[in-house]
Amino acid sequence: MIKLYTFLKYFFITFWTVFVVAPFLWAVSTSFKDFQSVNSKVTYIPWLDFEPTLEGWRVLIKSPAKGGVDIVEPYFNSIFVTCTASLISIVLGTLAAYALSRFTFKAGFVRNNDITFFFISQRIMPPIVLSIPFFIFLSTIGLLDSLLGLVVVYIVLLMPIAVWIMVDFFNRVPKELDETALIDGCNPYQAFYKVVLPNSIPGLIVAGMFCIIFGWIDFFFAFILTFTEVQLLPVKVVALNSSITPWWSLSASALVSVAPLIIVAFIVERYLSKGNLSGALK
Amino acid sequence: MNLIGEKISYKPDEQFHLNNVSFNFKKGNLYTILGRTLSGKTTLLKTIAGLLNPDQGSISFEEKDFIKIPVWERNVAMVYQQFINYPHLNVYENITFPLEQRKLSPEQIKKDVDEALKTVGLVGFENRKIQELSGGQQQRVALARSLAKKAKILLLDEPLVNLDYKLREQLREEFKRIFSEGLSQDTILIYSTTDPQEVMELNGEVIVLDEGKVLQKGPAKEIFENPSNLKVAEISNDPPMNVLKGSKNSKNLNFENISLDIPNHFKNLEEKDYNFGIRASEIELDENGEEFEIELAEISGSETLLHLKRGNSKIIALIEEVMNFKIHEKVKINFNANKFYAFGEDEKLVSSPYGGTNG
Repeated sequence: MIKLYTFLKYFFITFWTVFVVAPFLWAVSTSFKDFQSVNSKVTYIPWLDFEPTLEGWRVLIKSPAKGGVDIVEPYFNSIFVTCTASLISIVLGTLAAYALSRFTFKAGFVRNNDITFFFISQRIMPPIVLSIPFFIFLSTIGLLDSLLGLVVVYIVLLMPIAVWIMVDFFNRVPKELDETALIDGCNPYQAFYKVVLPNSIPGLIVAGMFCIIFGWIDFFFAFILTFTEVQLLPVKVVALNSSITPWWSLSASALVSVAPLIIVAFIVERYLSKGNLSGALK
Repeated sequence: MNLIGEKISYKPDEQFHLNNVSFNFKKGNLYTILGRTLSGKTTLLKTIAGLLNPDQGSISFEEKDFIKIPVWERNVAMVYQQFINYPHLNVYENITFPLEQRKLSPEQIKKDVDEALKTVGLVGFENRKIQELSGGQQQRVALARSLAKKAKILLLDEPLVNLDYKLREQLREEFKRIFSEGLSQDTILIYSTTDPQEVMELNGEVIVLDEGKVLQKGPAKEIFENPSNLKVAEISNDPPMNVLKGSKNSKNLNFENISLDIPNHFKNLEEKDYNFGIRASEIELDENGEEFEIELAEISGSETLLHLKRGNSKIIALIEEVMNFKIHEKVKINFNANKFYAFGEDEKLVSSPYGGTNG
């Protein structure tokens, strides 16, 4: 019985790993192929089946005039928009979450939980509902087709995630920790940044990671709210067409666009396993 | 110059957490607040610390209105029952934190911290992380932080409750030493606990709190010998004092078809119904005694606790040796009538073996 269980366990783990990793490896190998190796016959192993070339990657940084696709500018646009919006969302979201976790708000029938739900409900709503209001809003204030406009919209999308994660996190930080800081001579602001914040690093990292992921992969708003002036990476990559752009460049651009998320995951993984808070409360 | 609280009430919801509590704490003294869980002990300490503002009443310290001073300017120290330390700092930094907050000179800080570490016995642990310490050590760090501050008011909220039995015994001994040596005559020490034994050992002034109300105030010995009513008798004894409904007539004390000779201190009592109180330790096994049925027998350390039943009365007897009993077995026990308390039907103390009230 146990043997069967172990067998099934490893079987599914292997199956799933292959399922996830295979397309990825396929894209990696395709990105180094040339016309011959893609179109003539099926090839797998570099140097044995085909001679690897960097042509697919070179196309990415060439300007369209020279037959390239130039994803450099959209790439930096995406980095700028995602990082700025994530940072602002984390700062505002953490402050909001701390307030929601520690103070009691009453306004009519509205209580803390209702406010928290209000934030989360922004994510429950299908994005398409927001597209027209956002479009009109940005065009009214003249930020349509601009980086700043996208940052504003992305803050609306990302802050609920930050609030949600951080409220949950702060609720698990014992209130006595803040109180001890107050007793030890901190005013409420000092208690927050000298004691609560340093102990919230795991939570901040998780929240930051989610913000970056959701910001980076958003296609819908980047597509609706920009035209010609500004382009973000997902829009640019989707716009590439296999009848014009060769397969090897498509593979390379796909890899380049997921790379930041993979790097983020590797950096964050270390912090997540640390468990900094275990000593605060038995 | 005292810490004076007058008619403090705190009622955040339907129930009073503090109900008309008054106190007058003098410098250089130790006060213990005894009460069961949720009796308002923590609320009272937090009110003194300034973490809670009472709905009514006033607190003054050194002739200043304490309620108007925010927590961070009050110069109090508090140790919680959970071992609260700053997890991101090491032991040394934990203790220096409040001192740096007060911007003391580095030499002064070093001196105070070393002294505090020595007092709590954590020399050599300066660079340890909090997470690497045992519960007892974590609580020592919290205590050291409070001592190093040299606060004028030191609050300890059930500091031993989360420790295991052995450590609790050990730390309790040390607390007695620390309190007698490590504190200046300027300090008011307030210690809350659910454990009557701690109260007796610390031997300070006691406030018995229940449902936010002060039931009795006085020296530990007085609370133990003359509890003012049944509630206090229950709270200040572990196991709680046994209560037997009965009556006194001209010849005997009667309860559950048991008659005892009238002890000396009951001679002058009116002949009527009473709630008799007897401590678990004043009951002993006796071949010629009265028959009770065993409901439960627990061995704790070197003692055996017998939960006994007869008629409508349930009592607990503390036997000073380890013995094995079967449930529903019958045992014969004897009451030490000289240690009987009499409480009126209003539950107030009428007579105690130690000469309380009209005994």
